[in-house]
Amino acid sequence: MSDQALLRIEDLHKAYHTHEILKGISLDVQEKEVVVIIGPSGTGKSTMLRCINLLTRPDQGHIWLEEIEITAPHVNIDKIRQRIGMVFQDFNLFNHLTALQNVTIGMAKVLKMSAKEAHEKGMWELERVGLVDRADHYPAQLSGGQKQRVAIARALGMNPHVMLFDEPTSALDPELIGEVLTVMQKLAEEGMTMLVVSHEMGFAREVSDRIVFMENGVIVEQGPPKQLFYQPKFERTREFLWKISELYGKDEEESSE
Amino acid sequence: MESLLTLLQEVLPDLLQGTLVTLQLTVVALAIGLAVGLPAALVRVYGGRVPRWLAVAYIEIFRGTPLVVQLFVVYYGLPDLGITFSRMAAAFVTLGLNSGAYQAEYFRGAIQAVGSGQMTAARALGMTQWQAIRYIILPQAIKLALPAWSNEAISMIKYTAVVFLIAVPDLMGKAKILGGRNFNYMELYIIAAVIYILLVFIATRLVRTIERKLYTPGLEMEAERH
Repeated sequence: MSDQALLRIEDLHKAYHTHEILKGISLDVQEKEVVVIIGPSGTGKSTMLRCINLLTRPDQGHIWLEEIEITAPHVNIDKIRQRIGMVFQDFNLFNHLTALQNVTIGMAKVLKMSAKEAHEKGMWELERVGLVDRADHYPAQLSGGQKQRVAIARALGMNPHVMLFDEPTSALDPELIGEVLTVMQKLAEEGMTMLVVSHEMGFAREVSDRIVFMENGVIVEQGPPKQLFYQPKFERTREFLWKISELYGKDEEESSE
Repeated sequence: MESLLTLLQEVLPDLLQGTLVTLQLTVVALAIGLAVGLPAALVRVYGGRVPRWLAVAYIEIFRGTPLVVQLFVVYYGLPDLGITFSRMAAAFVTLGLNSGAYQAEYFRGAIQAVGSGQMTAARALGMTQWQAIRYIILPQAIKLALPAWSNEAISMIKYTAVVFLIAVPDLMGKAKILGGRNFNYMELYIIAAVIYILLVFIATRLVRTIERKLYTPGLEMEAERH
């Protein structure tokens, strides 16, 4: 594996009580790479994502982001997290703040930007996700898709070096998924390094550089989408991919073939 | 009618003085309660094992015993341990700590209603735990706690009446003294009751105005989802 990996995960283990969630995950992500992680629920995909910014502490293993080992003792994790954007399944927008304030609060309080600077950058980030006209709306006044786009803008506002998406469309009504995926695709095209846990097969096939198939706490197989869909090494990979495509990605599948 | 007017003329100045003491007790007790209750709630939710245990002990002791017992322990009991309070100070301390225990529970409930996802999202942005509490959790928790807190504030006006038992000249204390002069207790207690109702009425209007001012669309709804 190359030395320039933006993110390097080595032999990650995590157990809750006696239940082992991650059983030795190793993964390198290159700069500007878009990696989609798939797998049955409960296989540790979200846990792995949360280990990357230490929202969950791994029991064992190492993670490097650029030149820093973030799993080393005495690392200032708050500093590291500024470089890692995270988008959650449930959006987790700050409910007492408007869309714009959601985007600017991290800039103002963490990055210590001036109010004017934060406002300008906040509006620009909302522009990127197409929500300038919703700047003064509170989360309760936004649709699920709009909330998730604000959440993406909020993460982008910190100028992250990598973005983690934890099932970003799973809590959305089907007709709202598209607008979020469009924003994500645009990000990918702009060269953002992205790690996406998702079952959106259309997105995985068209946007990702690599699909990682996880099951029971290990990486079963990984490779470019074409390879995983058409020449998987394991029958299990093929089985899962096609089952998921049927459930989630039918439209994209039909339109792309 | 004329005799009522004469009576009012005679007693109102004294009763209004008592009313001022009652208001003073209410405001100071609520302020002490806020200063103690909010940190106690934070410690209960986010603190380590020992601080959390101490916070629970404080809250349960003050919520589990009668206010009048607390007042007597502070005013008559503590001097045995070398801690002597003036009447007013004893009243402030007791009412304040009592209110703090209740306020702590209201704030704890509100903090928990905000939901763990808010903390997670704040930490993921790079906020320290304290920044997350300060900028994300507390602003929401305070708004969510406001209805309960308003009731506490209104109730406090009435709770303060207990301090006449250690001869603090509040509204209740003044009414008792004045009633004793001509043995017209009933008239004076009724006048005092009317003043209490007026205070409660004004306070209710005041807190509702504040609640409206601080309203955030859908905040309760979003908090409930988690």
